[in-house]
Amino acid sequence: MTATRDKPTAGAGRPSGAQPINKPVRRRSIPLLDLYQTAVGKKWVMAITGLVLMGFVLVHMVGNLKMYVGPADLDSYAQWLKTIGYPLLPKTGAMWLLRVTLLAAFVLHIHSAYSLTRMNQRARPTNYSRRDYIAANFASRTMRWTGTIVALFLLYHLADLTWGWANPDYVYGEVYNNVVASLSNPVVAAFYIVANLALGMHLYHGIWSIFQTVGSMNPRFNPRNNPIRRGVAAAFVIVVIGANITFPLAVQFGIVST
Amino acid sequence: MQLKLKVWRQDGPESTGRFETYDAVDIKPDMSFLEMLDVVNVRLVESGRDPVTFDSDCREGICGTCGVMIDGQAHGPWKGATTCQLHMRAFRDGDTIVIEPWQSAGFPIVKDLMVDRSAFDRIVASGGFISADTGSAPDGNEIPIPKPVADSAMDAAACIGCGACVAACPNSAAQLFTSAKLAHLNLLPQGQAQRFRRTEDMVETMEQFFGSCTNHGECHEACPKEVPLDFIALMNRDYLKSKMKNRKLAGQVFP
Repeated sequence: MTATRDKPTAGAGRPSGAQPINKPVRRRSIPLLDLYQTAVGKKWVMAITGLVLMGFVLVHMVGNLKMYVGPADLDSYAQWLKTIGYPLLPKTGAMWLLRVTLLAAFVLHIHSAYSLTRMNQRARPTNYSRRDYIAANFASRTMRWTGTIVALFLLYHLADLTWGWANPDYVYGEVYNNVVASLSNPVVAAFYIVANLALGMHLYHGIWSIFQTVGSMNPRFNPRNNPIRRGVAAAFVIVVIGANITFPLAVQFGIVST
Repeated sequence: MQLKLKVWRQDGPESTGRFETYDAVDIKPDMSFLEMLDVVNVRLVESGRDPVTFDSDCREGICGTCGVMIDGQAHGPWKGATTCQLHMRAFRDGDTIVIEPWQSAGFPIVKDLMVDRSAFDRIVASGGFISADTGSAPDGNEIPIPKPVADSAMDAAACIGCGACVAACPNSAAQLFTSAKLAHLNLLPQGQAQRFRRTEDMVETMEQFFGSCTNHGECHEACPKEVPLDFIALMNRDYLKSKMKNRKLAGQVFP
């Protein structure tokens, strides 16, 4: 018996497999420097900047609760924000540090989202004619739209209450009066509520994603498909968005007024 | 049973595909989905037409060769089952069934419902093995492995590489496949020596062909072996660690 085998015919008459949709990662010798080239690395950046922005949203909500204490309390709180760490740091020094951090977090969060979305579109050039989703929910499938709504709202919110262009009754430093003047317009109040609901949807999927992306719940340390992840996301959304939505409603119903 | 099939027909990788509708008559509810396709194909051949090309091998849910989108779900409506394990009793008489191939840039269509999944082989070839010397075959239970760890590694090793995770993912991401292939070696003692090298190599090979994870969880629902999402979390964590540890190892090489 001759030990002849057919010549390997793999590849003959068949396509040579998938063409890469992304360039290989150029590895650098310094740790972490090449992380942003990769999708998993970008997800880490999204998760960490997301955590920073979550912290901001939470503190912003707590500060706004001063509205219910009184005009002087809210105004002096706003004044305090500008002088955090004052004798040690220059006035507004800490505030600018926070602003630069937040701006960097926003830019990185949005850029990584954009570039991952482009990558995902390249990965699925042809769509299915019919698709039944089982696990994907409304929040997870609308992340890019809720994110866009929140980003546009943020620009309006800054123009309304920080720069004052969009608020004809704006007076620098009179935070309480500015808020009441702005939110007493029903259209503006409705926009604030819609934007907060969009933020809530974004956070509900985003917070559970953070756990997944940073690998904080992995099978070595935690029970399978730990429900805490969804629970934490839901609790954070209810507390922050719930409180945020009361502000326009309170002004509309005259509970907070000048 | 009388069924209508709306099947994706595509002559080759470069051709444009189209849907064609066939009548599937005299289908028994006990037939598997692939047996139903066999019956339809026999009739197509008898009437002088080109049969529908699809992949299949073991027909008992362990080889990972079969797999099509059935009514918009990978491997059809049954949870934890491959296409060959799906039976026609899952459908009702008179249903119209839409059958499509996996759609992904990483899985080019060979013909009709058959796709080329060699991108998965590329991922495994880049690190899904243990080449560090682990000695000859040891006596049973010589290396103690805690039961939960062994169970987790086994759950990961259950992956049959069918590609349903990629097909079901809205981003066409292969994270569940890659993380399962990583976890079944990375959780065990024998896999530790190459753990971080393997993680870095396999993740970066995966990203050349597939999309990124947005944590929808569709992959787990589609997976015929119900591989849990937690392996993706483990992979994400190990990947960041690998970026640091592999560079540290590079610093220990003296020319």
